[in-house]
Amino acid sequence: MRKMRRFVEILVATLREIFDESAYARFLGRNGLNSTPESYAAFLREHDLAAARRPRCC
Amino acid sequence: MPKPLRILIWLTVAILGTLAIATIALHRGEQINAMWLVVAAVCTYALGYRFYSKFISAKVLALDAQRATPAERLDNGRDFVPTNKWVVFGHHFAAIAGPGPLVGPVLAAQFGYLPGTLWVLAGAVFGGCVQDFVILLFSVRRDGKSLTEMAREEIGRVGGFVAYVAVISIIVILLGVAALIVVNALKASPWGAFTIAMTIPIALLMGVYLRRLRPGKVLETSILGFILVMLAIWGGQWASQTPSVAQVFTLTAPTLAILLILYGFAASALPVWLLLAPRDYLSTFVKLGTIALLALGIIALRPTLHMPALTRFIDGSGPVFAGSIFPFAFITIACGAISGFHALISSGTTPKLIRREPEARMVGYGAMMAESMVAIMAMIAACVMQPGVYFAINSPAGVVGQAPEAAAATISNWGFTVTAAEMHSLAQAVGEQTLYNRTGGAPAFAVGMAHIFSNSLGGQAVMALWYHFAIMFEALFILTILDAGTRVGRFMVQDALGHIWKPLGRTSWYPSILATSALIVSAWGYFLWQGVKDPLGGINSLWPLFGISNQLLATVALCVATTIIIKMGKARYAAVTLVPLAWLVLVTFTASWHKIFNPNSRIGFLAHARQLASSAAPSHELSRLIFNDRLDATVTGILIFMVALILMESAWEWTRVVAGRKPARVKEAPFVATRFAEEQG
Repeated sequence: MRKMRRFVEILVATLREIFDESAYARFLGRNGLNSTPESYAAFLREHDLAAARRPRCC
Repeated sequence: MPKPLRILIWLTVAILGTLAIATIALHRGEQINAMWLVVAAVCTYALGYRFYSKFISAKVLALDAQRATPAERLDNGRDFVPTNKWVVFGHHFAAIAGPGPLVGPVLAAQFGYLPGTLWVLAGAVFGGCVQDFVILLFSVRRDGKSLTEMAREEIGRVGGFVAYVAVISIIVILLGVAALIVVNALKASPWGAFTIAMTIPIALLMGVYLRRLRPGKVLETSILGFILVMLAIWGGQWASQTPSVAQVFTLTAPTLAILLILYGFAASALPVWLLLAPRDYLSTFVKLGTIALLALGIIALRPTLHMPALTRFIDGSGPVFAGSIFPFAFITIACGAISGFHALISSGTTPKLIRREPEARMVGYGAMMAESMVAIMAMIAACVMQPGVYFAINSPAGVVGQAPEAAAATISNWGFTVTAAEMHSLAQAVGEQTLYNRTGGAPAFAVGMAHIFSNSLGGQAVMALWYHFAIMFEALFILTILDAGTRVGRFMVQDALGHIWKPLGRTSWYPSILATSALIVSAWGYFLWQGVKDPLGGINSLWPLFGISNQLLATVALCVATTIIIKMGKARYAAVTLVPLAWLVLVTFTASWHKIFNPNSRIGFLAHARQLASSAAPSHELSRLIFNDRLDATVTGILIFMVALILMESAWEWTRVVAGRKPARVKEAPFVATRFAEEQG
């Protein structure tokens, strides 16, 4: 049961990382902000350049 | 676990793997079950990971559990973040797995299932996984430096320049060929065109929802986007059955090409959050789910392979693409066996997330094994079809003829029986007007996937839905590659032009954005247009060009890796990267030679140009086709020349280091002890 829970935790963490939710959470933590459209816009400004430069493989 | 038991388990895996490979290699004239391919693959990967990657980790790279990674030393919560190894594995896999491992094996299936399968297994274990692993580790030891930076620092300025040109070239050719695959999948398909068109407003809606209504809730937004895409697939059926709507979405290949070029330009110039990012999330969501679903479908159905182990086309006369097994099978399947493009990912985001050095093995070597497994699944999807159906879908009209009866007769004469009535009923079952001449691999893969899915879930009644789900899945992530690739190419051009005139390098200056976007889109758009107008279907000339450029990038990556290994004082182990490098040089140089100079006009660009010049009265159209052939030959020649340069510069560097004329010094970041060593042993 514990292993199953660990598996689900890892799966959710992986999805959150792939979908940049973790990056957003780190951004909020780093800047002491709450999640609002304004803070998300600020996160996107910081994050967009890196995201746009990230190649997607063939 | 006691040692004797471990030995027994690995001995069993080895015996089972040998038995499975012997079965797929030695059976002739009778059909085999697809599970033999799955068992052969799983056992090969298990042995490769357990023994070969461990040998590389211990002896060649000497992974150091005490050494802090850049994710730990430079942790800024933004680019550098120490991350759980399974999370990095998933992240890396999502970035490396694209349409390549799906399309390449489908095209290579024209030789039969055997050559492609063996190349995928051997290429991955001894080539692709090794490349991804060593480049990842070397980037980790250099604070996450990119492949081009490592090439410049470790080999020299020529190396850096060649790596830059190789990356730009592969991006342009990849985008051209990827767009061609979408065009061939969507032409004269109102259902498919409607569904894919709907993904654009869906992505825009997701972008606005994510930014304004539910900031940061990407998973939730992706699930909503996925539901909307499912509705779009269902709506596509309505669109295809409503004459007035169907007429709007029944598009010719040239029209689709123009729309894609306009889309690529707009997507590159629009803000990232509005279109690129939501589409990327949606595509990743669908990709991961569909790959998992396909694996489950194959295991549940355990289908029989109808394609023989080897077909008559091993002699090079294949209709899908011309050229014999050597070298063409090895450039047709790049992703899934070895792909130079992966070196960009392995020296991009991933090295900045690795928490401890030993984890690079699982992420670099392991994720490539997973992608290789996807290629095996694609091979299975292509080979579960009746060979006659496979060739009818994948053969261009220029080879088999335009009329259904003529095409069916030609293919049946090759020994792969198919009738016009059979193809008509299959087209009806998947909701298409026709399935003939749909070159590019995507429609054939979609038919195979629909066959597997509908037999596992829903039966023949939902075959059309599954087919269009598969088309949507492929087109969606190919369009994501168009968005992302155009933008990455644009940034690279801006970086370079910024050295000439500073304002051109500013990524937020709109005149520069528009000019560089137009430059990149025109470059891949030219290849796309050339493919659309090619009477042989385009794939015959463009896919090998893409394969060659991808493998040449792998050659650059392996040159960098070999140089670093030699400079580490491990020249005795240099064969680990030198052998795949030698193989790739042999394959790509031979393939390039054939593509330029082969006297067969279906293979050689120049021979084709000569044939066109002598076959008809001069016309503008003919002159353009001849020019295209000569351009393709020139591009291939330039790529080969550039790689010859980096090879010579690398060999010069190796000789000097081995002979002691140059100190063996690598440019790694200094050693810092990790704080994670104790907690993980």
